[in-house]
Amino acid sequence: MKRTIITVVGKDTVGIIAKVCTYLAQNQVNILDISQTIVQGYFNMMMIVDMNQAGKHFGDIADELHLLGEEIGVLIKCQKEEIFDKMHRI
Amino acid sequence: MINIYEVAETNQMIEKENLDVRTITMGISLLDCIDANLDRLKEKIFHKIYEAAKDLVKTGEEISREFGIPIVNKRISVTPIALVGGAACKSVEDFASIAKTLDEVAHKVGVNFIGGYSALVSKGMTEADRLLIESIPLALSVTERVCSSVNLGSTKTGINMDAVKLMGEIILQTAEYTKEADSLGCAKLVVFCNAPDDNPFMAGAFHGVTEGGRVIHVGVSGPGVVKTALGKVRGENFEVLCETIKKTAFKVTRVGQLVAQEASRRLDVPFGIVDLSLAPTPAVGDSVADILCEMGLEYAGAPGTTAALALLNDQVKKGGVMASSYVGGLSGAFIPVSEDQGMIDAVSAGALTLEKLEAMTCVCSVGLDMIAIPGDTKAASIAGIIADEMAIGMVNQKTTAVRVIPVIGKGVGETVEFGGLLGHAPIMPVNRFSCDGFVNRGGRIPAPIHSFKN
Repeated sequence: MKRTIITVVGKDTVGIIAKVCTYLAQNQVNILDISQTIVQGYFNMMMIVDMNQAGKHFGDIADELHLLGEEIGVLIKCQKEEIFDKMHRI
Repeated sequence: MINIYEVAETNQMIEKENLDVRTITMGISLLDCIDANLDRLKEKIFHKIYEAAKDLVKTGEEISREFGIPIVNKRISVTPIALVGGAACKSVEDFASIAKTLDEVAHKVGVNFIGGYSALVSKGMTEADRLLIESIPLALSVTERVCSSVNLGSTKTGINMDAVKLMGEIILQTAEYTKEADSLGCAKLVVFCNAPDDNPFMAGAFHGVTEGGRVIHVGVSGPGVVKTALGKVRGENFEVLCETIKKTAFKVTRVGQLVAQEASRRLDVPFGIVDLSLAPTPAVGDSVADILCEMGLEYAGAPGTTAALALLNDQVKKGGVMASSYVGGLSGAFIPVSEDQGMIDAVSAGALTLEKLEAMTCVCSVGLDMIAIPGDTKAASIAGIIADEMAIGMVNQKTTAVRVIPVIGKGVGETVEFGGLLGHAPIMPVNRFSCDGFVNRGGRIPAPIHSFKN
């Protein structure tokens, strides 16, 4: 199963996870794992998701998440998992 | 499973340290286009390249978007045109018209450079080779995206000194033909010893005759990533230093391997090689010279520079080799001057001279690269510089290259601006003593004794 990593980085504020999760639920993107931490006052979140059932193309979801990030004031990136796997696993 | 820190590390490399895939280069064989009729030849070349590469740029952009890794350039390399055009071209203008066709198709498919306006003359020159070489100044002045290269020697064949002498004149003529643009034509012209058949980097990329019909090569980069990693081990011993470079090179190359495999699968073109190079850009923080400084040198060019570069080049290879199933091309640290802000600073500070750069080329992956020299430099002196560099390559069984730009109308102390990835450079002095008697002898330098291994 090909998985996607969504990262959210920015100033911590109320409702970041709620808004991102709502968007993902609306688009049939299944969340497999979430980790979150605050580094120097900045909110860092990583989600591992499954987009296989998603109703939209990868590129459209990536664009819409980016726009959602701009609304909330955070940076949201959507990347296929292989780039991290390749770099950090032998 | 991947954790948040690993994801953050990768994204930090991409966003803050200029990690990118420098180029996806599609090699295309034009041997089946050969025709005695020039118009038919050009038509075949155009269609062959267009059909082979029409999805290259789009595919590169898709991969970039899905993995979140910038892929800076999409390029094409073709069979050396001296081989392809020999039957049809009877004049310099005939050959230059093929360059125009290459330029047109490069624009049409959207690649920023097309390499292979080349001749391989390490032992001797055919009439077609000579005509192509003589057409280079014209070809580079009437095209925008065509890159040219000439292989002048190899460990197996020795050095073709007739061709070396000729190239001294051709480089100067190319500078003259493109003097309105600060002799920019010379930035798209490189001469080699031991030129690799599978180099994805310009200006020296061509699709060697040992390659298949089509192939995908990828060139990675990441000087900024290595520099940042070394910043964390300041003052540690050489073992720690080497381990850090190796691990970083591994990570950088793995990204290149992933992109190469994806591009190969999506375009249905065999994967060739990953060129694991540290290729700098003029962007601040994307500099090989800065890595040398991070190792403890005040400027690139200070005593110890050659040792530092040798270490860097070797560790990049050791880390990179394990990360990719096929490694090739130039693979190592590039030391262009105009494309590396740290090198430019070193030249401006008086720390780095042409002679020191020559010493550095003994241990780096390429050669004298993107060096601006005075426009009144004699052709024989340029040929002498080339001969020295070819000798280093021949004797050390490595690729060496020369890409110097005699900037017409400018002298030492002035600066030249090429723009974009080609950067800007202070004009460097050339040794003013003559080598005319040497380069005018004619003939070739025999292959060194250690090349006879049969």
